[in-house]
Amino acid sequence: MKRAPVFHGETDLPVLLPAARRLARRAERERLAGGPLPRLKARHGLWLLAILLLSAGVAQAQADAQVKESVITAIFKWMPVLLQGFIFNIAISFLAMVIGTAVGAVLGLMQISLLPPVRFGSWFVTQFFRNAPWLVLLFFCMFLLPFEFDLGFATIPFPDWVKATIGLALPVMANVSEIVRGAVQSLPSGQWEAAESLAFSRRQTLWEIILPQCVKRMLPPWMNLYAILTMATVLASIVGVSEMMTQTGRALAAENRPELLIPFYSFVLICFFAYCYPIAVWTRRLERRYQVKL
Amino acid sequence: MTSPDPTWTPDQPIIQCRDVHKSFGQLEVLKGISMDLMKGDVVCVIGPSGSGKSTFIRCINALTPMDSGSIKVEGQEVNDPRLDKLALRRKVGMVFQQYNLFPHKTALENVMMAPIKVLKEDKRQVEERARALIRKVRLEGKEDSYPGELSGGQQQRVAIARSLAMRPDVMLFDEVTAALDPETVKEVLVTIRQLAEEGMTCILVTHEMGFAREVAGHIYFTDRGVIVEHGPPATFFTEAKDPRTKEFLSQIL
Ligand SMILES: Nc1ncnc2c1ncn2[C@@H]1O[C@H](COP(=O)(O)OP(=O)(O)OP(=O)(O)O)[C@@H](O)[C@H]1O
Ligand SMILES: [Mg+2]
Repeated sequence: MKRAPVFHGETDLPVLLPAARRLARRAERERLAGGPLPRLKARHGLWLLAILLLSAGVAQAQADAQVKESVITAIFKWMPVLLQGFIFNIAISFLAMVIGTAVGAVLGLMQISLLPPVRFGSWFVTQFFRNAPWLVLLFFCMFLLPFEFDLGFATIPFPDWVKATIGLALPVMANVSEIVRGAVQSLPSGQWEAAESLAFSRRQTLWEIILPQCVKRMLPPWMNLYAILTMATVLASIVGVSEMMTQTGRALAAENRPELLIPFYSFVLICFFAYCYPIAVWTRRLERRYQVKL
Repeated sequence: MTSPDPTWTPDQPIIQCRDVHKSFGQLEVLKGISMDLMKGDVVCVIGPSGSGKSTFIRCINALTPMDSGSIKVEGQEVNDPRLDKLALRRKVGMVFQQYNLFPHKTALENVMMAPIKVLKEDKRQVEERARALIRKVRLEGKEDSYPGELSGGQQQRVAIARSLAMRPDVMLFDEVTAALDPETVKEVLVTIRQLAEEGMTCILVTHEMGFAREVAGHIYFTDRGVIVEHGPPATFFTEAKDPRTKEFLSQIL
């Protein structure tokens, strides 16, 4: 495991000096933060703002003379509702990720079991859910899961958003399962052999030697999966969950002004971009870092 | 699980191989290998690439299951479905060509891991022993280095220390210097020779003929899955009879 290259900012080439100083400052900040920071700059935000203003402007131009309030005012008015919806998206993505990761990790470990029935069963489940369209899984959960669970002494309500979360957790589970299996199998067999020859049991080898090394390999694809999942949470609007897309639709219906369509959906896009882009940047940086290390 | 053979005594062979056969599919890699080692013996196995040397020593610690024949380690039969593999591997240490250190652990942790996790020994005692072993392979000061920060020769010496930490009765070395540059080969050989002189029972697969001649009490030449010829180094190198041995020696010396 080589140490990741740390930009120390020393160079003799005059042309490189400004860049070197910047890199050195950045390295210092990352050292303090204990990890790579997303490389977000003001200009990224500016771009987003530009898109919004542009779409607002276009909409404004399209609007009739009898405009009651400006597009920007309308967005501000509805913002609490829209952002509430967005928080719902994030909450669903978090929950689905937690459930999917927990179950998927177990499924992934079952895929490397020495028992053929366990291995085959988990392989089948993984492949089944990995190759199913997310929306179809969502529909299945909506219609197959009961609206409440009767435990005899208590009933647990199963609102739509819980069903949607489970529906989204299924493909996450299958993808996590593949990430785990892939990471374990990507380690050189020499690691297993060395552990075996030191009298480690298979279970010990897995937990003490193999999995700790896999965590790093699994982190970037896992974060990538999370970003994809977050963007997929809007699918829940199709099955009627009050997340951001649904709320936007409702707001637009209430306003009944076609020129607001583009600005409002642009705002949705911007929210998701602002949330997912840093994750993508960070993932890329981790990938690069671990590439050097392994 | 078989318990160690109660009738075995240290004056009997510590390793006794009889007619060991092994095939991978159609390819018969071992065609009846027999060999005896007494405690403290140091033997070298030499032979052309693909002759089955690795396969043979991997059969001894059951990393590769043999098809037929018998290997007894301290009287315990390895070719037995009820074999307690973990018990066997506590007695037989192995070092690989590619070191195979655990990259997420420091040198010291690599050495300490197996005694703590497998033998469940006290952490402080293990650490003391591990530090002593690292001194023994002359890597003082490298305790906290990760494998990626060590040279090949240094990694290989950590790997030897890691095996020794289990206090094995027999050590298997599979071409442990083959991946090293010529300058670092020596530092590893010095470590192995020291072990041999201390009376460790060793089986060495090697291409280092000079080293084999110095440390081995007996040399086995294998080709295409059989032991073609064997003898003490004094006579083996000068009085080889089989044409295959002669050809191999003429190529390598
Ligand atoms: N797991 C395996 N599956 C199939 N074939 C194998 C396997 N391991 C080894 N072999 C084959 O068995 C033969 C002997 O291999 P082995 O590694 O024992 O040779 P070796 O004498 O150690 O050679 P080298 O000096 O190159 O290390 C080779 O032809 C090899 O391709
Ligand atoms: Mg070999």
